[in-house]
Amino acid sequence: MRIPDSILRIDRRIIFLLIGAAVCIPLILKPRFQDSPTPIVQSIFDTVERLPAGSRVFLSFDYGPDTAPELDPMAKALVRHTMTRGHEVSFFTLFPEGVGQIKKITDNLLPVEFPDKAYGRDYVNLGYKAGLGGAINTMVVNFRTLVNADAEGTPLDDLPITADVDEMVDYVIILSLTAGDPGLKEWIQFAGDIAGIPVMGGGTAVVAPELYPYYPQQLVGLMGGLKGASEYESALVDRYPTYRNATMEATMRMGPQVVTHVLIVLLVLLGNLAYFLGRSDRRNRAGRTGQ
Amino acid sequence: MRRRIPLIITFIIGVVLITGYFVTRGPFNTLYESFSDYFAIITVFAFILGGGSLLKIHLKRVSSRAADWPYSVVTLVAFLVTLVIGLFKVGNPGGMSGEILASGSWLRFMFDGVYNPLSATMFSLLAFFVASASYRAFRARTKEATILLSAALVILLGRTPVGAWMTAWMPESLAFLELPNLANWIMAWPNTAGQRAIMIGIALGVIATSLRIILGIERNYLGRGE
Amino acid sequence: MYLFSTTGRPPGVPHSNGLSRAVPAFAAIFALSRAVPAFAAIFSLLQADPVFAQAASESGWFNADRTQALVLGIILTGAILLYVVLASAGRPLFIRKIAGLDTVEEAVGRATEMGKPILYVPGLNDMDEVQTIASMNLLGHLATIIAGYDSRLHVPVRKSLVMSVARETVQQSYLSAGRPDAYQEDDIHYVSDAQFAYAAAVDGIIVREKPAACFYLGGFYAESLILAETGNSIGAIQIAGTARPPQLPFFVAACDYTLIGEELFAASAYLSKEPRMLGSLKGQDAGKGIAIVFILAGSALATLYSVTGSETVREVSEIVLWLFR
Repeated sequence: MRIPDSILRIDRRIIFLLIGAAVCIPLILKPRFQDSPTPIVQSIFDTVERLPAGSRVFLSFDYGPDTAPELDPMAKALVRHTMTRGHEVSFFTLFPEGVGQIKKITDNLLPVEFPDKAYGRDYVNLGYKAGLGGAINTMVVNFRTLVNADAEGTPLDDLPITADVDEMVDYVIILSLTAGDPGLKEWIQFAGDIAGIPVMGGGTAVVAPELYPYYPQQLVGLMGGLKGASEYESALVDRYPTYRNATMEATMRMGPQVVTHVLIVLLVLLGNLAYFLGRSDRRNRAGRTGQ
Repeated sequence: MRRRIPLIITFIIGVVLITGYFVTRGPFNTLYESFSDYFAIITVFAFILGGGSLLKIHLKRVSSRAADWPYSVVTLVAFLVTLVIGLFKVGNPGGMSGEILASGSWLRFMFDGVYNPLSATMFSLLAFFVASASYRAFRARTKEATILLSAALVILLGRTPVGAWMTAWMPESLAFLELPNLANWIMAWPNTAGQRAIMIGIALGVIATSLRIILGIERNYLGRGE
Repeated sequence: MYLFSTTGRPPGVPHSNGLSRAVPAFAAIFALSRAVPAFAAIFSLLQADPVFAQAASESGWFNADRTQALVLGIILTGAILLYVVLASAGRPLFIRKIAGLDTVEEAVGRATEMGKPILYVPGLNDMDEVQTIASMNLLGHLATIIAGYDSRLHVPVRKSLVMSVARETVQQSYLSAGRPDAYQEDDIHYVSDAQFAYAAAVDGIIVREKPAACFYLGGFYAESLILAETGNSIGAIQIAGTARPPQLPFFVAACDYTLIGEELFAASAYLSKEPRMLGSLKGQDAGKGIAIVFILAGSALATLYSVTGSETVREVSEIVLWLFR
């Protein structure tokens, strides 16, 4: 087999090995790539930043553990930002597996980084509600019919943070971290468009392109994949230098992503080079046969 | 008659649900939510069907020593152990009244130690498959394929700090040609235009399919014979 | 009236349990509730300004905020019904070719020649999703073809209700093809509700059984490429279709044919060649035409207003925008 043909028919396991190396080596060497926020990410940061302290924020963890590597950094950045700004945050999820994701924040991040923040006063876990997009619809029509207690079963009236929450419109913004359906799209269609609550958030790199059509009118801002999370982290560090020494997961994980992207570009270029060399080779041979 | 009754029910409920979208008073305005609730309840019970099917098929494979039967043993053990631990809250510090995923519970341990890493591992396969699929698919065979290839390269590089570094030398007047800006432009304009067109087409497809079902024109989902 | 007309039962084919039809019909009812958000989605996408609608009018029975939705809904429905009636009356309709669907029979034939099974993955959604209903419709057609060829059809599913509907649909198709004996209930089975556990299981099936043809038709998420690349690695003919736009590029890269968005919904009508079904497709195209006209009109009016600053143009533009508020 000629060289171009052998490159074109390269065993996919070699590509897998290269990708494995492109992910593992930067994880070991930990190169840092400084990002800067693009307008679509900056828009979320600015909205959260401009809200007066004590604003009620609704944060929906619409993902499970599978997409956590991409969406957890967004969740942490948003929680850090909203808590630093002194907002009151209600955690919620439309995914059964999202319960575990909320727990990671309420059990691990908040007690360590914000020990002065109290459950029920500064944040609350409203837990998982079944019903997909229909659940959002129900909450917009009559919030208390679907959500009348937190995840532990404590009535909303007994918690200072939710005692005055009677309707969905009592929240000033809705943030959703989206892995699929339901997610930001449903929050836009059933809550943003209907109740007029500004919707923003993040999605995996796979779902982000589907959400662009809603920006900027119906979707205030969007973090797309790890890159979006990294941009938000950089905005947070720029504004609050105290986070300079904090572990910024997305920024750290950008190393493998950058190297992998570059490797894929090189592979695609190599494949095209082989394709064109092979084509001209075949033409030459055809020409000689024709003579 | 066996076919007519389901078709009549479908027609009536379909018309009532659509009417409910335009009516402000009960019970019409809450029908959509009610049906979502009914569906959620029924799917929970339907799981018995699924679980039963899983058990039946894998028990059959084990008992008949079918090819790869040891995998079925793994499936059965994993299924039953998780089911028992979850149902009876085994090892839950709060006992039967404790929260299902309470810290320190066995189910939480399984969620964090088994389910989380296994799910993330499967998702991470995407990186490998994206690379092999890109290598094979992105060939400049035609004009259209070349445009696709160029857009892919711009997005791949533009979505990393390397893209910014590669084109940082450009003068201010040509800033729009910097890779991150080009990538953002592709995502915000051509991508959005295409996505919108596809989404409008899909929404129309949903409406047409729904009408076909309501009117009984489409009935393959009921089986093809009478 | 075509509403309740029935097709004849092939001679020699026994009656199936009629009650079991209740399951798919019941599921269809839930899927119908999706038609409502589909109307909402169109308006939501066509609008140029943010729509923060006011609360529903408390005074009357009719929700005045949804007047525009009603008007456009009637126009769209009217267009679809008109073409259905025209098609029923025998008017010939031109439907463009969909290569992926024309290849279905070839794929099944190839599987039969090779003595390998056919894998059908109906997506990850439950029966409350119209995509899944469309997938079941296609499965019905495919099962009829497969029954004729005497190949094995393997359908692993993620949702229990989908399993029930798929079993009923395939069984009926085998009955209508005169091959009730070939139907194997266990070949349509539940795997797992967990997205990636399901993907892992289907990947395992692909690698172990090496199906000659793989169909991925329905709602897919991030697992789409994981399935399609694995199918590609064993050299199977692959036909995919989804109405989840983010997954389309993955399917296009890894499959031989991909049904893009609306083509998935059109597939059943296309394969059936039934005039009324084809008529509804033409009606759908009319709806698309209406959308194009409004998009062009809105863009032209906005451009004209920015150039001329004319109040009349602004007012006309406002009327067009109102329609999508």
